[in-house]
Amino acid sequence: MAEFLQHILNAIVLGGTYALLGIGLTLIFGIMKVVNFTHGELYSFGAYMIFMFSAMLGLNFFLAIILSMVLGVLLGGIIEFALLRPLRGANIDTTMLVMIGAWIVMQNLEQLSWGGVAKSINHPFPLDPLVIGEVSVSWIRVFVFFFAVILIIGSYYLINNTKLGKSMRATFQDRDIAALMGVNINRVYTATFALGSGLAATAGALLGPVFVVTPTMGDMAALKAFAIVILGGLGSIAGATIGGFILALAEEMGAGYISSGYRDAMGFILIILVLIFRPTGLFALKERYG
Amino acid sequence: MSRWISILWLAFLFSIPLWMIDLYVLHILINTGIFVIAAMSLNLLLGYTGQLSLGHVAFFGIGAYVSALVSLGFDLELTDTYTFVFDAKPVWIAFLSGIIAAGLFGWLIGRVAFKVRGAYFVIVTISFAEVVRLVSLNWIDLTEGPMALNNIQPFTLGIPNLWEMTLYQKIPNYYLVLVVAIVCYILIRRLVHSRIGRAMIGLRENEPLAASVGVNVTHYLVIATVISAAMAGAAGGLYTHYFRIIDPDIFLFIYTVTMVIMVVSGGKGTLAGPIVGGIIFGLLPEILREFAAPEMQWIIYGIAMILIVFFLPDGIVPALKNWWKNHRSKRTDSAEMDAGT
Repeated sequence: MAEFLQHILNAIVLGGTYALLGIGLTLIFGIMKVVNFTHGELYSFGAYMIFMFSAMLGLNFFLAIILSMVLGVLLGGIIEFALLRPLRGANIDTTMLVMIGAWIVMQNLEQLSWGGVAKSINHPFPLDPLVIGEVSVSWIRVFVFFFAVILIIGSYYLINNTKLGKSMRATFQDRDIAALMGVNINRVYTATFALGSGLAATAGALLGPVFVVTPTMGDMAALKAFAIVILGGLGSIAGATIGGFILALAEEMGAGYISSGYRDAMGFILIILVLIFRPTGLFALKERYG
Repeated sequence: MSRWISILWLAFLFSIPLWMIDLYVLHILINTGIFVIAAMSLNLLLGYTGQLSLGHVAFFGIGAYVSALVSLGFDLELTDTYTFVFDAKPVWIAFLSGIIAAGLFGWLIGRVAFKVRGAYFVIVTISFAEVVRLVSLNWIDLTEGPMALNNIQPFTLGIPNLWEMTLYQKIPNYYLVLVVAIVCYILIRRLVHSRIGRAMIGLRENEPLAASVGVNVTHYLVIATVISAAMAGAAGGLYTHYFRIIDPDIFLFIYTVTMVIMVVSGGKGTLAGPIVGGIIFGLLPEILREFAAPEMQWIIYGIAMILIVFFLPDGIVPALKNWWKNHRSKRTDSAEMDAGT
């Protein structure tokens, strides 16, 4: 029983970061109809930035997280401006190919600039875990979880309660009508991509100190983000949040009770099952076509 | 005219081993040839039915692994008391089993994945390839996992018990890859010009319209996937018995990306496209190797991909064709004007 509870707790803690990854990707897909293959690279970008600021330059750990977030937002904005803006109106396969190209370039730039050796980042939290009854969790993971939850709530607030969020939702429902109503589509797109990228970079900055940082860490993260987004239905933020926790749970249970080698396979098996039985995802939003 | 060009091309390709003494160059050509076959098979899906499959490497790898395992033989402990023993089979049977196995998986994936389109389809195919990679990595009893399967038999040629030749050398392997590539090319060409091919192109251009005039969309997509997967499996089989070692890295996403780049840069939906793209991107790494680190090579690959999508969205072959057509029409125009004056 203790083992089972421990798995549940691990899943909840990990699910928060997965949800961040998923929300970023689902926003970009839902609003821009772009399958963002650079998402995983923004995740590893965030992790390398916290390595640079915290481990190399010796800045304060929390300041380093904030800086990584800001740089992630900036990088996302640059990618959108340079690569996606000229391709506005191109079909989804075209932008997908460009994003694959950008992904290859970014990953290998990381490999060139940081080398292939895994980097570890120290954090200021006590190493003794927090023990609750029969289960335990490390302090850094507790911090990561709460930070992620705050960001998730922040994203909800941004999308539901601000003017920018309103124009994002309008663009999601019908791009042309939103444009006719005076929404600056280009600005919405850049903001969306920057926000999604920022969330991915933050997820990387949060998980970097928990695990180790490698140039290829983004690949698995991107594939997992895809899995989360498919689970929740492309474009649904609530779906991505729940999908993040479901994926974390499936992975924990799969690793705990089946085989740890297949931990990473759980997400893909979930995707295939969901698409067989409920192709639009578990919580798909209604979208207007026209 | 075009018939003569094809004959010249074939004569050139067949003559290469006669004057090319450098075995390393032959090795690169064999490797490129294998990837050209894989790219041609992907073109059938991506170019003719318009479905971007990013899990194509799975079929390639399944063909490779099945072919290797059948030629090596394997035993599986199904229960504590019963072990399933599979004896080694001749290489040609193994090669065929690899093709059939890849085709079967193509059928399965086709049935499942074509319930969805666009981004969903892309992600299902990626997931499939990743699951297969993780299985090959973790099912150590069967695949040896990261320790790799090695000492795989090379191809043999001839009549059993009378005259046989084992293809250890580069030159016979080169001809083998060339012949398989030509067979695949002819198959695709015939298929594309048949009723099935026209149905596939029809549903690429406008799926609802094709469905409304009675084209059974899923049926044709599944046919295309099965053929495409089987061809990729054949490429995988060639790869296995030529390199004689395979490990789970064969399923890496980067190989799918390589195939996609080859098809898109050459021109998707054209017969010559994957060949041109395959030759360029098969030889490019070898040329770049001289003066660039592996990471730089990949960066150049990535930038090339972005530039191609931006500036040659239809690919090299259609761009060349257009240029040739304009060039000729200009010449005939000016000739007519000269005649008129």
